[in-house]
Amino acid sequence: MARLLKRYSDGERMNHWFIVLMFVLAAVSGLAFFHPSLFFLSNLMGGGPWSRILHPFMGLLMVLGFLVMFLRLWRQNLMTAADKEWAKHAGEMLRGDKSRMPPAGKYNAGQKRVFWLMAFSLLVLVVTGFLFWHPWFTGYFPIVVQRAAVLLHSIAALVLVLTVIVHIYAAIWVKGTMRAMTRGTVTEGWAKANHELWYREVTRGR
Amino acid sequence: MSSLQSQDVVARSATTTPTPQVRSAVPQVAKLIDESKCIGCKACQVACMNWNDLRDVIGSNIGTYDNPVDLTAKSWTVMKFFEVEPKDGNLEWLIRKDGCMHCEDPGCLKACPSPGAIVKYGNGIVDFISENCIGCGYCVKGCPFDVPRISQQDNKAYKCTLCSDRVGVGLEPACVKTCPTGAIGFGTKADMVEYGNQRAAELKERGYANAGLYNPQGVGGTHVMYVLKHADRPELEDLPANPSISPMVMLWKGIAKPLALASMIGAVVVGFFHYMKVGPIEEKSEDRADEKEGV
Repeated sequence: MARLLKRYSDGERMNHWFIVLMFVLAAVSGLAFFHPSLFFLSNLMGGGPWSRILHPFMGLLMVLGFLVMFLRLWRQNLMTAADKEWAKHAGEMLRGDKSRMPPAGKYNAGQKRVFWLMAFSLLVLVVTGFLFWHPWFTGYFPIVVQRAAVLLHSIAALVLVLTVIVHIYAAIWVKGTMRAMTRGTVTEGWAKANHELWYREVTRGR
Repeated sequence: MSSLQSQDVVARSATTTPTPQVRSAVPQVAKLIDESKCIGCKACQVACMNWNDLRDVIGSNIGTYDNPVDLTAKSWTVMKFFEVEPKDGNLEWLIRKDGCMHCEDPGCLKACPSPGAIVKYGNGIVDFISENCIGCGYCVKGCPFDVPRISQQDNKAYKCTLCSDRVGVGLEPACVKTCPTGAIGFGTKADMVEYGNQRAAELKERGYANAGLYNPQGVGGTHVMYVLKHADRPELEDLPANPSISPMVMLWKGIAKPLALASMIGAVVVGFFHYMKVGPIEEKSEDRADEKEGV
């Protein structure tokens, strides 16, 4: 398989899937409290009280998992001037015309935005989450702080869920992407087509 | 307490369909607490713990008559004592029976995420159906009066039920039954408003120029009302002057709910149709791994 390129190590992939599992559990239990029509989701966690008990732990584990990923990837996700150019043409790509897309590095501007949206929303979620974590922490904070916390927690959760939807869709939409996380490798063709600068970087000297 | 199959549930937490309310010919009730008649004997506290089989832990003396110091999961009503000077050099000892106000528009019910954990009956009583309670504490955030308490024993929220079990069979609440001075009245809301205004007028004649009925409209009025000697300054007794559900709670449990749900569903639907319309981004066929593997 000479034409496969390594994109993620096993450690990076297992870290990613751990975050995914914790996200699903935290999202399922959290959405149950957000809208009455989603309360049935609490049954997946063993009922309302169990959802309430487990949700903060799932969320905290997700954040800790993401912290590991963040420390690995944040430098590669800093926005550059080239990203602005890429973002300018992103609309054309969404309409099916990829011809004018400038070459991207390991991550394109869209992926970087997803990264920072996730990092920021998770930061808000974990900080506000502690402020109304029953029964241990919420008693230390005034009621106004608790009220602001639940509101911000909901908004950040919405941002995170929407970002995850975009993230998953992008992986389905761009064929050949999924194996980067399921196998750790991508084809040279995929790399050339979608991340040309990264392709040149990893194949340099061959 | 548990549901008595009252079939007059006019509001139910986290429920988007109509509640069982066919038995609607129920008069609105109210408790009227006349602080000018209260002697601070705490018989109401005893009656409450007696009728409801509550036994709070023995607290400690903080140098005032307040005991317990505050509402707890096992003390649903508490006498609060205030030494105030409404006018300089004119010390007054005000006593207020604290507890759930049974709002017409209850913030706890609005905030509660668990279907049927909080209900409002046709008679106006707001009740916690504890077996549906998940212990999240959202009711605490919703309440403008700082009333619900989460039990450390079972992580359920508790508060005054206005003796909904007694009222449901035509009795008055236990605190009303026991009050030795008649400071706590109970009847239809209309009667209690009328009686409260009458008492306030009498107090005005006796020198309390700002006496009045506390029935705050910011929460649609309450089913527990006070006759206050200084109704212009309820904050003298730790009562909010203009209570209403916090705008943050209104936003969170109001417009944010349907909007967020719609945007999440919308994002998935947009993605689906985008894929069907535009199609995927694929590599050029000569570079495809599966074809190469076949070579």
